[in-house]
Amino acid sequence: MAEMLSNGETPEILFWVGCSGSFDDRAKKITKAIVRILNHVGIKFAVLGTEESCSGDPAKRAGNEFLFQMQAMSNITVMNGYEVKKIVTGCPHCYNTIKNEYPSLGGNYEVVHHTQLVQELINQGKLKVQGGEFKGKKIVFHDPCYLGRANEVYEAPREVIQKLDVELAEMKRSRANGLCCGAGGAQMFKEAEKGNREVNTERTEEALSHNPDVIAVGCPFCNTMMTDGVKHFNKEQQTKVLDVAEMIATANDL
Amino acid sequence: MISILAFLLLAIAGTAWFVVNMRKVRRNILLGKEADRSDRKSERIQTLIRVALGQSKMVTRPVSATMHILVYAGFVLINIEVMEMFIDGAFGTHRALSFMGSFYNFLIAFFEVLAFGVTLGCAVFLIRRNIVKVKRFLNKELDGWPRTDANLILCSEIILMSALFIMNAADQTLQQHGDAHYHAAGSFPISQLIAPLFSGMSDGSLIFIERFCWWLHIVGIFGFLNYLPYSKHFHILLAFPNTYYSNLELKGKFTNLDAVTDVVKPNFDPSYQPITDPNSPQRFGAKDVFDLSWKQLLDAYSCTECGRCTSSCPQNITGKKLSPRKIMMDTRDRLEEVGKNMDANGGTFKDDGKSLLGDYISTEEIWACNTCNACVQECPINIDPLGIIIDLRRYLVMEQSSAPNELNTMFTNMENNGAPWQFSPSDRLNWAKEN
Repeated sequence: MAEMLSNGETPEILFWVGCSGSFDDRAKKITKAIVRILNHVGIKFAVLGTEESCSGDPAKRAGNEFLFQMQAMSNITVMNGYEVKKIVTGCPHCYNTIKNEYPSLGGNYEVVHHTQLVQELINQGKLKVQGGEFKGKKIVFHDPCYLGRANEVYEAPREVIQKLDVELAEMKRSRANGLCCGAGGAQMFKEAEKGNREVNTERTEEALSHNPDVIAVGCPFCNTMMTDGVKHFNKEQQTKVLDVAEMIATANDL
Repeated sequence: MISILAFLLLAIAGTAWFVVNMRKVRRNILLGKEADRSDRKSERIQTLIRVALGQSKMVTRPVSATMHILVYAGFVLINIEVMEMFIDGAFGTHRALSFMGSFYNFLIAFFEVLAFGVTLGCAVFLIRRNIVKVKRFLNKELDGWPRTDANLILCSEIILMSALFIMNAADQTLQQHGDAHYHAAGSFPISQLIAPLFSGMSDGSLIFIERFCWWLHIVGIFGFLNYLPYSKHFHILLAFPNTYYSNLELKGKFTNLDAVTDVVKPNFDPSYQPITDPNSPQRFGAKDVFDLSWKQLLDAYSCTECGRCTSSCPQNITGKKLSPRKIMMDTRDRLEEVGKNMDANGGTFKDDGKSLLGDYISTEEIWACNTCNACVQECPINIDPLGIIIDLRRYLVMEQSSAPNELNTMFTNMENNGAPWQFSPSDRLNWAKEN
C-alpha cells in the first residue's frame, strides 16, 4: 500500500489478506489464487503487508473486547491514513468484523468477501470462467457461518461455483441451516470440550455422504477443519477441499 | 344472580392477580441494563407481523409448524367466542350474540372446527413428546418441572376444548328439547357427533352438564391466564413484544462495548469524548442477570423451551454440554429467583451469594460455543442465546482473566504479534515472495 502511494498511485481496492492467508501454508494458496484473479482482470489493488494486523475477530468472539478494540483501532488508523474506500477479504471472519464492527469505531469502508468480488467480476464480464478440470464434477459447498448466517451471503459463492459447469449438490444443512465447521468462536485456538465427537467430523461426514469430488469452502478456517475431516475419513484420494477462489484460478489457468 | 356475582368475582380476581404478576415480571425485566430498541419502528412492526403473527420462522419444521398453526389459530380466534361467554357471564344471558342469526351459526360452527384443530394439535404434541420422543424433548435440562409444565399445558388445552364440545352437545340437546332459556342458536358440526350420548338425559342433568362445562371453560381460561407467568407457555403473550424488540442488525454484528471504547479510543484520538458516565462504572460483561440487557431478560421470559436452538447447535449435536435452550432457561430461573428475593426483602435485592454464571451456567458450557448463530437463526421468536454467552465470556476474560489457557496464549500472540499465532509481523508479506 505504502509503495503504491509513494508512486502516486491509488488502488481501486485493498486486499485484506488476514492472518491465515498470510501465515498458514494451506491458506497462503488461497491468497495467491485471489491475487491471480485480481491480476488477471487487471484491478489495481494493494495489500497492507506488514502494516496489517489481526482484525480482532477471535479476540472478540472469545470475549476479549479490549484486545478486539485495540486491534480494530490500530487497523482503522492505518486504513483511514491511506484513505481506504473498498476492501476485499479472503476470510469471512475478517469480512464480518471489518464490515460490521469497525464502523462504530470510526472505520467505514465498503467491504466484500472474495466470492462476492469474483461474482461481480463475472457479472460485469471482466472475468470469463470455464469449468476446466472441474467440468461435470460433483461439488458440495459448505457455508461459512460468518458469510452465510452472519451476513446472509448465500448465493455469491454458489453462483460462482456453478459457472464452472459442475454438478452442485446441497447438503441437508445448508444456507441459513448450515452446520458450523467447528472453528468459529475462537474454537480454532483451543481443544474442544468433552463430547461424543468433533464438530468437523460431524460436518465432513455430511459433506462426504454426497461423494463429492470437491468440498468447496470460502473460509480458511473451514478449509482447515474440512481438510482434517476428510483425512479423518481417509478420503483424501477421492475428495479435495478447495476454496472457491482456488477453483476459479485453477480451472482457468490463472 | 349468584352466578353473575360469582362470575364477576372470578373475572376481577383473575384479572387482578394476573396484573400483579405481570408487574413483577416487568420489574424483573427492567432490572436489566439499557438497550436501545426504540428505532426503526415500521421495520419492527413488520418483524412482529411476519415472525410472531405470521410464524414465518416456524415453517422450517413442517409437522410441528402445521400443528402449531392449528393450535395458535384456534386459540386466537376462539377468544371471540370467549368474549360472548364473558357477556353471558356478566349479564346472565345465553348466547348473547345469537341475534346475528345465520352468521352466528357460521361462527359457532367455525369455532368448533378450530377447537377440533386445537385438540388434534395438542394430541399430536403430546404424542411427539411422550410416545415418539422427539430428540429435542429428551435433553437433560427438561427433566422435572419443564417437562411436566409442557404436558400440563397440552392437557389443559385439551380439557378446555373438550369442555367446549360437551357444553355445545348438551346445549344443542336442550335446544331440541325446547328449553326456554336454551333458544335455538348455533351450528355444531363437531359436537353433534357426541350429542347422541346425551339424548336420553333429563333437562336437569343436561343443564348441569352444560353449566359445569361453561364454568370449567371460564375458570380454565382465568386459570390458564394466571398460569402463564409461571410457565414456559408465557410465549403466547411475550412473543409479540419480543419480536418487536428483535435485534434488526446482521447476526454477525456483535455489540461494541462503549465502556471499552472509552478506555481504548483516547490512545488513538486525544480529543475523544467518553460515551459512558465515568461516575457509574459498569462491570465488563455479565456475571449475573443484572448485567444483561432488559431485552436479554425479555428473551428469557419469552422462551417456550421448544429446543430448536439446541437441536441445531453444532456443539450440542456432537454431545457437548452447551445447550442454548438451557442458557435461556437458566437466565429465567435466576431472574425469578432474584425476583422472589426482592419480594421477600421489601423490593430490594439482598445478596444471596449466587450468580447466573457459576451457579446456573458453567464455564464449560460457554467456552464450547462456536458463535455460529445457528441458535439465533432457529429461534421462532428471535431469541438470542449467543448474546448472553458472549457477555458471560466477556466477564470471564475482562473481569476474571480466566479464559482457557490456549485462548490466553492466543490473546498474547495477538497483543505481541498482531496475529493469533506466534508469527513475526515482519513475515506477514512472505507469501508474496514464495511460489
